[in-house]
Amino acid sequence: MTLYNQTIAELHKKLVAREVSSEEITRDVLERVKDVEQELKAYLTLTEEAALAAARTVDAKIAAGEKIGPLAGIPVAVKDVMSTKGVRTTCASKILENYVPVYTATAVKKLLGDGAVMIGKTNMDEFAMGSSTENSGFNPTMNPWDIERVPGGSSGGSAAAVAAGEAIYALGSDTGGSIRQPAALCGVVGMKPTYGLVSRYGLVAFASSLDQIGPFTKDVTDCAIVLKALVGHDPADSTSLEYEAEEYVEALQRDVKGMRFGVPKEFMEEGVEPGVKQRFEEAIELFAKLGVEVDETTLPHVDYALSAYYIIAPAEASSNLARFDGVRYGLRVEGEDMIDTYMKTRAAGFGDEVKRRIMLGTYALSAGYYEAYYGQAQKVRTLVAQDFEEAFKKFDGIISPTSPTVAFKIGEKVADPLAMYLSDIFTIPVNLGGFPGISVPCGLSDGLPVGLQIIGPTFGEGIILNAAYAFEQALGFKERPSL
Amino acid sequence: MAISIKDVEHIAWLARLALTHEEKEKFAGQLSNILEHAGKISELNLKNVAPTSHAVPVSNVFRDDVSGPCLEQDEALANAPKREDGGFVVPKIVGEPAAM
Repeated sequence: MTLYNQTIAELHKKLVAREVSSEEITRDVLERVKDVEQELKAYLTLTEEAALAAARTVDAKIAAGEKIGPLAGIPVAVKDVMSTKGVRTTCASKILENYVPVYTATAVKKLLGDGAVMIGKTNMDEFAMGSSTENSGFNPTMNPWDIERVPGGSSGGSAAAVAAGEAIYALGSDTGGSIRQPAALCGVVGMKPTYGLVSRYGLVAFASSLDQIGPFTKDVTDCAIVLKALVGHDPADSTSLEYEAEEYVEALQRDVKGMRFGVPKEFMEEGVEPGVKQRFEEAIELFAKLGVEVDETTLPHVDYALSAYYIIAPAEASSNLARFDGVRYGLRVEGEDMIDTYMKTRAAGFGDEVKRRIMLGTYALSAGYYEAYYGQAQKVRTLVAQDFEEAFKKFDGIISPTSPTVAFKIGEKVADPLAMYLSDIFTIPVNLGGFPGISVPCGLSDGLPVGLQIIGPTFGEGIILNAAYAFEQALGFKERPSL
Repeated sequence: MAISIKDVEHIAWLARLALTHEEKEKFAGQLSNILEHAGKISELNLKNVAPTSHAVPVSNVFRDDVSGPCLEQDEALANAPKREDGGFVVPKIVGEPAAM
C-alpha cells in the first residue's frame, strides 16, 4: 500500500484503526524521498533517525491504548527558516551553513508536541527572499510537475515535497506570497493565516510586520487540521494575538450558498496568462453553481501595493539582517578590524538577492530618502488595507488567481529581479493588510497547476477554508504530478 | 531614480557590505529599475493618510518584571565563530575606522 500519497485525515484513521503504524508511514515517505530527491532537491537536511524514533514513540502510545491527536505519527517537512533545536537551520544561506539552533520555533514545537514526525528541513530562497527557490544559497528545487520548471518560492522546497509525497504536509512562511504562490505552482493547498495568529518565535525574521507561518497540505481538510494545531497566543512573540482558534474542520461543512465574493477589476487588468485566466473564469462559474455570488469589485490602490511592498519589506529586512555580523553565530571572515570583518563576512555569506534587498532597504531608510520612500510606503499600506476593509463590507471574501502565470522555466527570470517580483502581484497586497489567504488548486493549464486564491477579512480563516473546501469538492481535482 | 556607482558605494558602506566592482555596476542598474517602479507611490497624494507600521494594531505588550528560564551561557555561545572564557572573541573595536 502506498502511504506517501495519502492525506493526514486518511492516515490518522488508519493509525487509530491500527491498520498501519507510524513507522510504516514514515518509512514509506523516506523511501519516496530516496526515489525522487535526486531529481527534486526539496530538502536541505534530512532527519531520518529522529523521524523514525518519533514514529516509534507514537506507535508505542497507540499500542498502549492512548488516544492520539490528528497530527500524531504523521510525517511533516519544515521550511529551513524555522529554528529546530539540534537540527541545522540555514535559511538556505551560506552565512548560516553550519548554524545549529539551541531552541525550537513555537510553531514547530507545537507540532512536535502533538506527535508530529519531522522528516527534514526544506529548501527555500535565501532568507525567504524570492519567488522561485532559485535564490537558495545551495541549489534550486525542481517542480515535480516538470523538473525543468521552478516550484515557486520562497517556500519552494515545502511545496515540492508535499506535491511529490516527500512529506504528508509541510510548514512554510509567507511574507508576500511565499506559501500561496508555490502552493499554486505545485498544485497543493497553501495558507497564510491572519498576521499574529501563529507565533513567529523562532522564525528567522525577514520582514517582521509581514511574515507569517502557515501550512502546505494535499487538501483543504488537512489545511484546517494543521492550522488548528498552529494557532495560539505565545508570550515569546509580542505580535502574537490572544485569539481562540475556531473549529476549522467543522467550519468546512457549512453551507456556502449565499456567500458573496468580489473579484478586483484591477487584478484582471494585469498580465494574467490566458490559461490561468480561463481556469479562473471556470472557477467563478463553479462558485455560481454552488450558489456563491461573484461580482466585480475594486481595490483602487492595489496597483501601488507592489511598490510599497518593495520598500517596506527590504527596509525591515535590512534592519533584521544586520544581526548577521560574524560575531555571535554564523560565518565569520576575518578582516583587519571589526568593521572590515562585518563587511567581508556579509559579502561572503549573503547571495545576490539578499544583498540587493539589504541595499534597497538601507537606501529607503537612509537620511534624505526616508520620508520619500519608507514614510510614503507606510501610508500606501494604510490605503491598500482600507481598500480591502471596504470590499469586505460588501463581500465575504475576495478571489483571484494566486499567480498570474503557471510555473516558469528555471533560469527564465533570474537576470531580471523586477520580473520575478511581479509573480507575487496578487499575493503581496494581502500581507500588507495582514489578511488571511489560501491557494487551492483550480485545474491545469498545459499540464501545469493553476491556483485559486481566496482572501478573507482578519480572522476569516473559517470563511475561506469553508469556501475552499466547497470549491475543492465541487471541482474534484485529483491529478498528481507524474514523477 | 538613477542610482550611480557612488550611490551604491555609499549604501553598501551603510549596509556593511563589501562589493566588487562588477557587483557595484550590476546593482546600480538593478536598483535603479526597482526604485523607478517603487517611485510610483509618489504619484499619490498622501498628505492626510496615517502610516501603517503593523497590520494588526497591538501596542504596549508588557510582562511581569520577573526573571524566567533563559539560555545557559554555553548554549548562547554554542554557535560563536570564536569564543574564549565565556565570551565572544571579536577583532579590535577601538581605533581608527576602516577606510570606506
